[in-house]
Amino acid sequence: MTRYQRRKLANQVALGLSLAATVCGLAWLAAILITLLTQGLSALTADLFTQMTPPPGSRGGLLNAIYGSFIMTALATLIGTPVGILAGTYLAEYSRGSRLAEVIRFINDILLSAPSIIVGLFVYEIVVVRVGHFSGWAGALALAIIVVPVVVRTTEDMLRLVPDSLREAAAALGAPKWRAVVQISYRAALQGIVTGIMLAVARISGETAPLLFTALNNQFWSTDLNAPMANLPVVIFQFALSPYSDWQSLAWGGALLITFVILTLNIGARVIASWSTVKR
Amino acid sequence: MTAILSPARPSDALPPLARPAVPPAGHAPGAVPDPAVKADIRNVRFFYKKFEAIKNISLPLYDRRVTAFIGPSGCGKSTLLRMLNRIYTLYPEQRAEGEILIDGRNALAADYDINLLRAKVGMVFQKPTPFPMSIYDNIAFGIRLYEKPPAAELDVRVEEALQRAALWNEVKDKLRQSGLGLSGGQQQRLCIARAIALRPEILLLDEPASALDPISTSKIEDLIHELRSDYCIAIVTHNMQQAARTADYTAFMYLGELVEYDETATIFTKPGKKQTEDYVTGRFG
Repeated sequence: MTRYQRRKLANQVALGLSLAATVCGLAWLAAILITLLTQGLSALTADLFTQMTPPPGSRGGLLNAIYGSFIMTALATLIGTPVGILAGTYLAEYSRGSRLAEVIRFINDILLSAPSIIVGLFVYEIVVVRVGHFSGWAGALALAIIVVPVVVRTTEDMLRLVPDSLREAAAALGAPKWRAVVQISYRAALQGIVTGIMLAVARISGETAPLLFTALNNQFWSTDLNAPMANLPVVIFQFALSPYSDWQSLAWGGALLITFVILTLNIGARVIASWSTVKR
Repeated sequence: MTAILSPARPSDALPPLARPAVPPAGHAPGAVPDPAVKADIRNVRFFYKKFEAIKNISLPLYDRRVTAFIGPSGCGKSTLLRMLNRIYTLYPEQRAEGEILIDGRNALAADYDINLLRAKVGMVFQKPTPFPMSIYDNIAFGIRLYEKPPAAELDVRVEEALQRAALWNEVKDKLRQSGLGLSGGQQQRLCIARAIALRPEILLLDEPASALDPISTSKIEDLIHELRSDYCIAIVTHNMQQAARTADYTAFMYLGELVEYDETATIFTKPGKKQTEDYVTGRFG
């Protein structure tokens, strides 16, 4: 075999292996989606969106859990995103060569990979125990703590991709630093930052452990953020573990719903980002 | 915000020849009366951390003239240019010493407001740096930093800048499209337009054509010729023909020192130093 043939063979082997790896990864994803669809579709009835979580054996839906999840996710995003973006901006734009930034970055990376149950226990200790009861606010706070490191990391990474030459060009026009950051760096990195926020939203919409210790659950319709609040992940957790087939079916429906919402959010974010950033 | 820049430079009101020509002290490259010194660079040094990139250089930049800086890579010519608008202050490990008198005031002094300095001293970089926004907003961005003109006047200012940069005819129908969609040569002229929209007095061009094809390059050179009558222009270039074509004065730098500075014709035909001759004839560098 000549050198050239050997090279071609090696190339084909490498190509084949990476293809196999891709298929292997995607196959599991496809399997999960197919299972969800086959098991969950039958539960997607009008009841699911209009009825409260039922006692076993009677008709019901997930309306209170859907509402609770929506409110707590939205609140957590509202609290966590500005903090995350500002911190990421500090790390990428203002902290050139500073020791403090390295420490912050390190701590943020730890927070990023911290098990979410720890976050739940933390908020349980500092909020739930002191206030004396579970609450929607505590749930939102726990989720916000999970949002922050994700947004910090993606914001910093995306801002770092903005070339220094753009910052120099802005400075050369006499633009103050904050204007260069807001009008140029953010704009150049918008798609990445939005994607980071979406990743964070996707991550918290499926989190169960932090809510278990904070918002707990609520069988009834409740909009009171100072009271325990129903939410999809905990409901799915409880219903899926139950011996009642109607609860299990509702759990499948909820799982399908969450997956579908996350998928839609992600696609939507990409579409919006491609509208608002000017075309390259 | 109130208008910090006057709507027009006072000198614009004067016909070009009516300006008093102040003979510069110490530098007399030719027999023709010298134009006014716009920026007087005096004994400047520059440091990247401990490394001294510029070693005690002095030379004048004349108003309404083009001064070219040539020399091998790393000789400090870009660094010198970057001192004139203090852009190096973005990097804490870089520092400058000496004086650069612009209209008699030391631009390196801390009390010279850095943003007003940069409004007065425009810069165009080697690689085109259009902002991720529309062509119109690329120009308007700089203007809006200093003034809040009514929309109609802003339109006029944007058109004026694009006209001067010889880009108007190519973009007038797509002002709302992204500046990133232009070709490299157009992007570079957009950057020049952006710089002159602020009505600066000095233009720094850091290898403005080195990333461009020959046709775009010649457009940029034509543009430099055009702009010469209104600005003090300093250009860094690796292309000796470009220096010969565009510049009135040429400074040859080597290893952080100014080897020779004279009228361009002198530098290229009868340089005073062997080193300069070797470089401009291509024997070294």
